[in-house]
Amino acid sequence: MRSERYIPYLLVLPSVIFLLFLFAWPLVEALLLSIRGSEGWTLEHFQRMAADLYFKDALKYTVLLAVVVVPLQVILALCMAMLLGGISRGRDLFLYVWTIPLGISDLAAGIAWLAIFTERGYLNSFLQALGLIHEPRLWLSYETPAMLFLAVVAAEVWRATAIVFVILVAGLQLIPKEYSEAAEVFGATPWRRFWRVTLPLLMPSLQVALILRTILALEVFAVVVALGGRNLPVLAGEAYFWYNAYQNPGVAAAYSVLILGISVLATLLYLRLMRPRQEVVA
Amino acid sequence: MKKQWIGFSLIGAALVALAAVFAQQQSVLFVSTQFTPIEEAQRMRQVILKDFSGRVEFIPEDNAPFTSRILSEAKAGKVNVSLVGGLHGDFPPLIAAGAMDSVDDVMAQLKDRRFSPTFVSLGKMGTGSQYYIPWMQATYIMVANKQALQYLPTGANLNTLTYSQLKEWGANIQRATGKRLLGFPAGPRGLMHRFTQGYLYPSYTKSAVSKFRSDEAQRMWSEFKGLWQFVNPQSTTYDFMQEPLLSGEVWVAWDHIARLRDGLNQKPNDFVAFPAPIGPYGRGFMPVLAGLGIPKNAPNRDGAVALIEYLTRPEVQITTLVENGFFPVIQAKLPDNLPQGTRMAADAIARQAQSNVALPSLLPVGLGARGGEYNKVFQDTFARIVLRGEDIRRVLDSEAINLRRVMNDAKAPCWSPDPVSEGPCPVN
Repeated sequence: MRSERYIPYLLVLPSVIFLLFLFAWPLVEALLLSIRGSEGWTLEHFQRMAADLYFKDALKYTVLLAVVVVPLQVILALCMAMLLGGISRGRDLFLYVWTIPLGISDLAAGIAWLAIFTERGYLNSFLQALGLIHEPRLWLSYETPAMLFLAVVAAEVWRATAIVFVILVAGLQLIPKEYSEAAEVFGATPWRRFWRVTLPLLMPSLQVALILRTILALEVFAVVVALGGRNLPVLAGEAYFWYNAYQNPGVAAAYSVLILGISVLATLLYLRLMRPRQEVVA
Repeated sequence: MKKQWIGFSLIGAALVALAAVFAQQQSVLFVSTQFTPIEEAQRMRQVILKDFSGRVEFIPEDNAPFTSRILSEAKAGKVNVSLVGGLHGDFPPLIAAGAMDSVDDVMAQLKDRRFSPTFVSLGKMGTGSQYYIPWMQATYIMVANKQALQYLPTGANLNTLTYSQLKEWGANIQRATGKRLLGFPAGPRGLMHRFTQGYLYPSYTKSAVSKFRSDEAQRMWSEFKGLWQFVNPQSTTYDFMQEPLLSGEVWVAWDHIARLRDGLNQKPNDFVAFPAPIGPYGRGFMPVLAGLGIPKNAPNRDGAVALIEYLTRPEVQITTLVENGFFPVIQAKLPDNLPQGTRMAADAIARQAQSNVALPSLLPVGLGARGGEYNKVFQDTFARIVLRGEDIRRVLDSEAINLRRVMNDAKAPCWSPDPVSEGPCPVN
């Protein structure tokens, strides 16, 4: 009997070791890298990061992207998941088509969207064919930051809504049909049923989706670099440039620590704001 | 039993004799930082070196192991390498450690080769004697769509274009077409910083580091900012210029030859290749020059000399171009069956290096891991002045502090075209 008490721990052990090796260790290394200089402990890397030409823009655009993209994706995914619930025939087909972007790497997605928005791209050809413009317009230059931002939002929404969608579909399937039926018996309208029954019960899935997507949005990189180069700097991109192009791992680590900090903060915020209400738990 | 013994001794004697023959025909150990990709190394061994009369063992190595190998062999007093091939910047640490032999005698034997004089003097490394023989080169040049030629300013010649004529050209094109069709590779992986380091700065200041914040540099930036108004603003997303040239987004562009070659080879009839523009001090340009040197106490110096003679023959220089994409360092007649694009590029490169206004400036030397931050100074200066419109004087003063830190951290002395310095190259 006694030995059985240890079985769960034994079963968790491999994943704990895995996490320690592949997440905790690099994390500690990155932390150390960011605060260690050639002569002992230092805040120099953080100071250089903060003084860098692209720092303010990178911070601004990263947060702005997360704030714009994540809610859009959640609303879209929620609509798609609810629609899917109403379909009886061909449901699987929709499910598969909608999740195709999941299988595409973010760099490939960025390049695909670049082919749409570039000067000789599909968008300009399309608009020209319709007679709406006479010659190609520039969408992705440093002179059109708003358009550049919108292009990145479009690409990100297209690319990463599917992951939210999958989580929400799974969440919806976990909700027993009886609740909705009971509400229907008492005369609740579909809208009221969604608002009062489905949504509260979906809260745990929403929470997971939000946390996951926000963290990923803070790490956005390849799509932005493919579409905008340095015109739309983001934090992860700056970390990459400092590590790779400028060969300064210290400042790169400072950037990654900053991303980590913001991610942790966002996660704590979600956990606090989206605590399941007591009656739902009961 | 006896017969067997005789047999064994005979075989033994034969083996000793064979070994003696091989020892006489000793091979040349040729170590190089170039052609490290396996296909290039194979083409070097199987095609380029095929007709060499002696035996060569060609070993490509990355920069760091290459340097430490030569240095440690010299230190240990047991030298195995007979010939060294590397970029200009690979040589300074070897020469500083006294590991390289002078090759003045080899140069004297190669009088008929017609080397570019610029390259020969670079091979002296600022000393009185020759330390490497020019081997092959790559560089950055300009390419234009033929449609753009009709808008060249009156009196302008592609081969002697000045920076103000380039600006005028861009302006003419925009006036005629309504589009900004000059282009630069200013994307995240583009080589725009090489343009500022090796073309703009030397042309206007005959320096890249020491006169970084000079009044001449200030004038240069203000003129370049004027030119930039005719540059396609999508330039900040271009990494390679061959794609925008091929698609027609850009008509006139500057880039590394390797990043233009596909465009030239795909549509040779649509494009012309020509040297970089000329500024007040001449035509600043950045040759990526590789040279051949002989270590001190090389075990097979004669073999190495013969190999240098072989590799600088016109026909072998052309084989090197065809096989591995590096251009000749001598005036060589190109064969007719060369791809037309490659031939155009070779002509432009030769005109750029051979002209009397040539002002070669080297890839940074001796910066080591600081090379990235050195580039960043130039990238940021460009972004702040040209793209963000900040005050030029203020930007130059503040970026000079960053440049000074890089030079002091790396303790790198000046390299051409900056004048020789004692200690780290100063940012005046």
